[in-house]
Amino acid sequence: MKFVNCPLIGKRALSEFTYGGVVKSEPDLESVTDREWAQFVFYRHSDPQIQFEWWYHRPTGIWFVFERDTLTDRIESIRMAQKGAVNDA
Amino acid sequence: MPLRLLKYAWKKPEEELRFFPSEKPLKQSYDAVIIGGGGHGMACAYYLAKEHGITNVAVLEQGYIGGGNTGRNTTIVRSNYLTSEGVKFYDASLKLFEDLSEDFDLNIFYSTRGHFTLAHTDSAMRTMRWRAEVNKHHGIRSDVVDVETIQKDIPYMNVECNGQHPVMGALYHEPGAVARHDAVAWGYARGAQLRGVEIHQKTQVTGIQTQGGKVVGVQTNRGDIQTNKVISMVAGSTPRITRMLDIPTPIEVFPLQACVTEPVKPFMNTIVVSGSLHVYVSQSSRGELVMGASVDPAELHSTRSTLDFVEGLTDQMMDLFPFTSRLKIMRQWAGMSDITPDFAPIMGKTPVEGFYLDSGWGTWGFKATPISGKTMAHTVAHDQVHELIKPFALDRFENFKLVGEKGAASVGH
Repeated sequence: MKFVNCPLIGKRALSEFTYGGVVKSEPDLESVTDREWAQFVFYRHSDPQIQFEWWYHRPTGIWFVFERDTLTDRIESIRMAQKGAVNDA
Repeated sequence: MPLRLLKYAWKKPEEELRFFPSEKPLKQSYDAVIIGGGGHGMACAYYLAKEHGITNVAVLEQGYIGGGNTGRNTTIVRSNYLTSEGVKFYDASLKLFEDLSEDFDLNIFYSTRGHFTLAHTDSAMRTMRWRAEVNKHHGIRSDVVDVETIQKDIPYMNVECNGQHPVMGALYHEPGAVARHDAVAWGYARGAQLRGVEIHQKTQVTGIQTQGGKVVGVQTNRGDIQTNKVISMVAGSTPRITRMLDIPTPIEVFPLQACVTEPVKPFMNTIVVSGSLHVYVSQSSRGELVMGASVDPAELHSTRSTLDFVEGLTDQMMDLFPFTSRLKIMRQWAGMSDITPDFAPIMGKTPVEGFYLDSGWGTWGFKATPISGKTMAHTVAHDQVHELIKPFALDRFENFKLVGEKGAASVGH
């Protein structure tokens, strides 16, 4: 089993977490065009890379942001998600 | 047969046509270059040569023929999908599969078994009825069956499922089949080579050259090639190829794992799938149970396998087939699934002229091998998207015309 060291809650099994997808930059909802919205919702470059991801810790209900390499599965850093700060997590 | 064997013994090894071609130098230019020497790539090369007379074609494979997802799936072929687009497409594939052994003069061990998709809840039963009606509308044999019928066909199954999630019924799909996946890739490869196609193994594409928005060549670890047509048929490696041309896609790659048990006496003739339990299982002709589950929880470009997967899968398997608790797992492995948001493939043309995409195969790629090869060959030869794959265009996402193929993978969606 794989374990991760998180701020506040310490060492936890990865199986306690749910993956929430890659952190994206949400466009301004007032002025967004259909095309820009599709770009935001669907399209991206998903080749192997180090990316920021949402991870939900089910037992405590805390959302974390993992910096993870999608080629090696190595987690580079973990921090708690900031309330209200969607775009820069 | 003995005479043929004797003749074979007297032949020199190079006289017999080999499935795996020996290494030879790349030519300077080709009419078309196919990236990926799996089932899809080989099928495309085969139909380009056979049906369109385009034989100056190179298939570039970074590893060996059929070493990617073609050799890593659980070999199930079926067409009991949910959307009209999906049903028509996969039914055409199944019909091609049925004739492949004869086409190739090679036994692909195509074995029609019947396919049960179990329902454990009312809402699952409703989906089964929905799928059965869509299937029947397109002339495909799918029926909703009750528990008694299931129990009669699979006497060793515990339909009570340990009392926690009893089976309520199933969608029974009579044409559901299994086939030897390697043989499909080898058969297509041999057929393509016989017609003049070149297959280059251990040849990795490192770049795609364009000029004024058109493809002009391909860079590889063995030198550059000129070509105006490049077809990417690389499944889990698609994001690496589209990155070279800066084409964003909705594809995300998740590992999909599978495993086999030790061989046991034949006890189950059909294919069994349970979406709620996240398992699918069939018994191979050697007696092994071939089992799979849903994709891994997070994006990863790797074919590593995990103990978590085996634990999760066998836990559910023991609810359905309690006696499997005594079986040992022999092998486990993983493939990279290129998942799309609507669980339908992405096929056809792209914003770059001369670059064709056959991707988004997620957990439903093997069963589409013949038809994707055939429709992509048609698309490339005429530079016009084949009717069957028009709904699967890359730009459907920006036009919000998703296919919504919830019946796509057997499990996990």
